[in-house]
Amino acid sequence: MQIALEARNLVKRYPGVVAVNDVSFKVREGICFGLLGPNGAGKTTTVEIIEGVTPATAGEVYYFGELAGRRFREEAGIQFQNTALQDYLTVRETLEMFQKLYDRHADLDRVIEDCSLGELLERDNRKLSGGQRQRLFLAVALVNAPRLVFLDEPTTGLDPQARRNFWTLVQRIQAQGTTIILTTHYMDEAHVLCDEIAIMDEGQVIASGAPDDLLRSRYEGLVIELPVDDISGELDGIDHVVYDNQGIVEIMSTDVSQSLEALAPRVVNLNRIKIRQPNLEDLFLDLTGHSLRS
Amino acid sequence: MLKRIYAVFVARNREFLRDRGTLAWNILMPVILVFGLAFVFGGEGRNQYTVGVLQAAPEIDAGQHPFLESRFIEFVPIADQEDGFRKVARHRLDLLVRFGDRRYWVNPESPRGYFAERLLLQSDTTVGGQMQKAQISGDPIRYVDWVLPGILGMNMMFSCLFGVGYVVVRYRKNGFLKRLRATPLQPSEFIVAQVASRLLLVLIVTAFVYLATHFILDTRMDGSYFTLCLVAIVGCISMVSLGLLIAARVTSEELAGGLLNMISWPMMILSGVWFSLEGAGPAVQGLAKIFPLTHILDSARAVMLDGATLVDIAPSMIMLTLLSLAFLALGARYFRWGPD
Repeated sequence: MQIALEARNLVKRYPGVVAVNDVSFKVREGICFGLLGPNGAGKTTTVEIIEGVTPATAGEVYYFGELAGRRFREEAGIQFQNTALQDYLTVRETLEMFQKLYDRHADLDRVIEDCSLGELLERDNRKLSGGQRQRLFLAVALVNAPRLVFLDEPTTGLDPQARRNFWTLVQRIQAQGTTIILTTHYMDEAHVLCDEIAIMDEGQVIASGAPDDLLRSRYEGLVIELPVDDISGELDGIDHVVYDNQGIVEIMSTDVSQSLEALAPRVVNLNRIKIRQPNLEDLFLDLTGHSLRS
Repeated sequence: MLKRIYAVFVARNREFLRDRGTLAWNILMPVILVFGLAFVFGGEGRNQYTVGVLQAAPEIDAGQHPFLESRFIEFVPIADQEDGFRKVARHRLDLLVRFGDRRYWVNPESPRGYFAERLLLQSDTTVGGQMQKAQISGDPIRYVDWVLPGILGMNMMFSCLFGVGYVVVRYRKNGFLKRLRATPLQPSEFIVAQVASRLLLVLIVTAFVYLATHFILDTRMDGSYFTLCLVAIVGCISMVSLGLLIAARVTSEELAGGLLNMISWPMMILSGVWFSLEGAGPAVQGLAKIFPLTHILDSARAVMLDGATLVDIAPSMIMLTLLSLAFLALGARYFRWGPD
């Protein structure tokens, strides 16, 4: 598979702050690549440098082997985290206006269908709900039949149902062979959608690879979760215990039966115990020492 | 409830105080305005009437007639009689007086001329013998004929400056420009689109207002509609270009509003929208020449009232074109899509 995009040693400095600190990664064609991290990690700045809307202090971006330029602008589709559309235009007018800015054209009917905008075409942009706006922003990013699509925190602010609908939409776009670069601070979203990820913290990439590979290389076994309030004694003798700031104790166990046996005498209420696979949030916590939501 | 109101009150104050550009502007604007007005209308306060005195000498001897001692009247020496007649006819002078043979000329369609004439006649009784009123040859030009280009030009100015400058700043602030930047659209393409859009809208509106007043009030049109249309097009482009230049980098709507006011108000005062600056000093008249609106109004009035041809107004048209090119070049050079 070809390398669709490569970021090389990107740096962005603001007075007193290094927002992006020597970030490099490669994105293969056709995959969904996730750039993960908490708010303020430097994800959006990194992506905006790649998109060409924020100038880098240093570093280069390559698109299919050549420095990103005119061809990149023509072939990339971008959904920004914070953006606006023109007031008083309908959904259809907005899509048509953006499509006319490109030489490449997608089949607009197909885009409208993919993004479930059929019933909203004559609606004023200002009268769309959050989920509808996000679908319109995505449709705007698709009007040029992009080979590469950037989705910057696309589900922030959406309700759970709208988020899941959006995931289905993204999977449908990827299935058409489009490369996707997704930035998100939702680890479940990344796990569902991304073939490869890069985790960022404080402007740097601290881990990268396929999500399952990263988890397998780091963890063996399962996570047992229980509320701190349900523990009656000390947890001495039990390995890999983590107290998070939500009042939950997490125990990494390679033998769940043995761990539960050891826990039973010290737990007042077994009903609230949860057993789950380690996830990207655990990985992030391990790598940085702080939670994604902290 | 008061707690919430207070919280919002404090937050808004902080926002305003931390927006240094806007803060500086809010302090500077009144200062500039006060000093500017003091400069333009300095001395003993703003003169109410402008009276031309036909004489060869460049200085007016106030002792030759009591009328010349009247306060709040600007007396301007006029050497060329025909020039004086034209200025009275075009409302640039309220009255023209020749004390040597005790004659005066007034435009019967000028309300200001009427009052200036009353003042002259009142002061004249003390000398003995009434001054003789003389006719100006040709049709008198009504005030509405004279002021119509001013109103159309002012409307064009506000529509172009605020309709483009303010909107571009809003686009930049809400991220719409950033969204456009992520497309193959170039800044020059965006600017041209804005100019073209506003040009079309302003021309339609201006044409509508002109035609309505022309048919209802039977306003004067001595020149060619083609030339007038050309004045409107070139003038509109210069105004839109100026709006784009102002909006090239500004990210705050409040600052943009301030800057646009700073440009539009002096233009409105000094370019001769409502009254002629005939009696103003040469420095003020020179300053007015840097404003596009001055050239738009001079050209439009020349075409509409004097039947001027394109050749006659060529200097103003060239000046407007040069100003437009300069504004567009600087606007494109300094234009930025986002707040960074």
